[in-house]
Amino acid sequence: MNSFDEFLAMGGYGFYVWTAYGIGFVVLVMNVVLPLIQRKQFLRELALKQKRVKK
Amino acid sequence: MSIVPAPILRFYHRMASPPHFYSFTDKLLPWLIAIFLLLLAYGLYAGLYLAPTDYQQGDSYRIIYLHVPAAWMSLFIYVIMAMAGAISLIWRMKIAEVVMISSAPIGASFTFVALVTGSLWGKPMWGTWWVWDARLTSELILLFLYLGVISLYGAIEDKRTAARAVAILALVGVVNIPIIHYSVQWWNTLHQGPTVSKMDKPSIHVDMLIPLLVMAVAFKFYYAIAMLQTAKVEILKREQNTQWVKKLLEAKT
Amino acid sequence: MTPVRRQRLILILLMVAGVGTAATFALNSFNDNLMYFFSTTEVAEGQAPKEAKFRLGGMVVEGSISRPNDGIMVRFDLTDFSKVVTVEYTGILPDLFREGQGIVANGRLNKGGVFVAEEVLAKHDENYMPPEVADSLKKPAQQAKMGK
Repeated sequence: MNSFDEFLAMGGYGFYVWTAYGIGFVVLVMNVVLPLIQRKQFLRELALKQKRVKK
Repeated sequence: MSIVPAPILRFYHRMASPPHFYSFTDKLLPWLIAIFLLLLAYGLYAGLYLAPTDYQQGDSYRIIYLHVPAAWMSLFIYVIMAMAGAISLIWRMKIAEVVMISSAPIGASFTFVALVTGSLWGKPMWGTWWVWDARLTSELILLFLYLGVISLYGAIEDKRTAARAVAILALVGVVNIPIIHYSVQWWNTLHQGPTVSKMDKPSIHVDMLIPLLVMAVAFKFYYAIAMLQTAKVEILKREQNTQWVKKLLEAKT
Repeated sequence: MTPVRRQRLILILLMVAGVGTAATFALNSFNDNLMYFFSTTEVAEGQAPKEAKFRLGGMVVEGSISRPNDGIMVRFDLTDFSKVVTVEYTGILPDLFREGQGIVANGRLNKGGVFVAEEVLAKHDENYMPPEVADSLKKPAQQAKMGK
């Protein structure tokens, strides 16, 4: 696994490279996941509201 | 009026209707996600592993595969947002308003990523996290423009009025886009000049350039995915009292 | 396009053009403040501040790096291929600091015309290539960089 360790080390710049990619990954995932959660939540609230109106 | 072919015109009119836009988005998304994931996987593999080490910067330069495409996207999305703003001002088109406001958080994210990754690249190479040179400062202003758009939209109750105000703000901010792009040429900066868009051939080795371009295309697809996801929420909220949303709810339960 | 829409389009174009013109004037009048550093020629011709701190940019002259007093103080020459300014610096140099490299130093001129730096930043160029390619080129193009 020597070459994999080398890959992680990034010639001594591993901290900078992987932090950059880590932050980028988190931000980009959030952009897709947050609207998904918001939509589910909103549809649930809307369904509740409609039930109340029907009664 | 008939310069545009009829099928395109028909498509345009259908897309202007929120229920059609919503269901079309649902069909489109799986394809966009599949293409994005393929491009991203190859781009990361090629950029982080296949591409050779740089002669001066060693492996630290690999941040370029995130930093540069993110910076390009921050400008690209702003232009789309301003164009959608102009369309919504002139034609009062609802979907243009939705596209405009749904682009803002994604543009802000890319601007943030460009700034943070640039900082993480600047520390080992330049010797500093941040400098107030023209390029870095104008990119920071871009982030504030995006945040301004988002908060202005949130502050105004009536969403159609809010969209109009936001469109004007977005159009005023367009002036910052050429400033960012040309800042490294108009003034001397710590940030280096352009690599890929130079008029003569790009000064980057082809094995390093290909992953960069792949990542740039991948991010375009990502933008489409994230923007459409955000747009769906926005459409539902705006159209919650309409018949088609009620039908959609009944179909789900 | 209906007359109302055309009117709105013209209004928008006018607004963008107006903001653009205003920005052009503003940037032109602040031009000097937007420059991140002074060139060595500007310093040699006395255009740089005498008392205050400022930033100086240039290329490290080949073979000019020395460590007098055997200490941690580094002395080197900076050039823009026209005039040369000598710089003295005590501290940690960035990874990219080397001969033939563009750098930006922050500090002030002393009485003898030597620039005493408190901070040294490396300015890397826009070229990216593997080491083998760089060796085969033996940097003829690099001399063109860092002009102005």
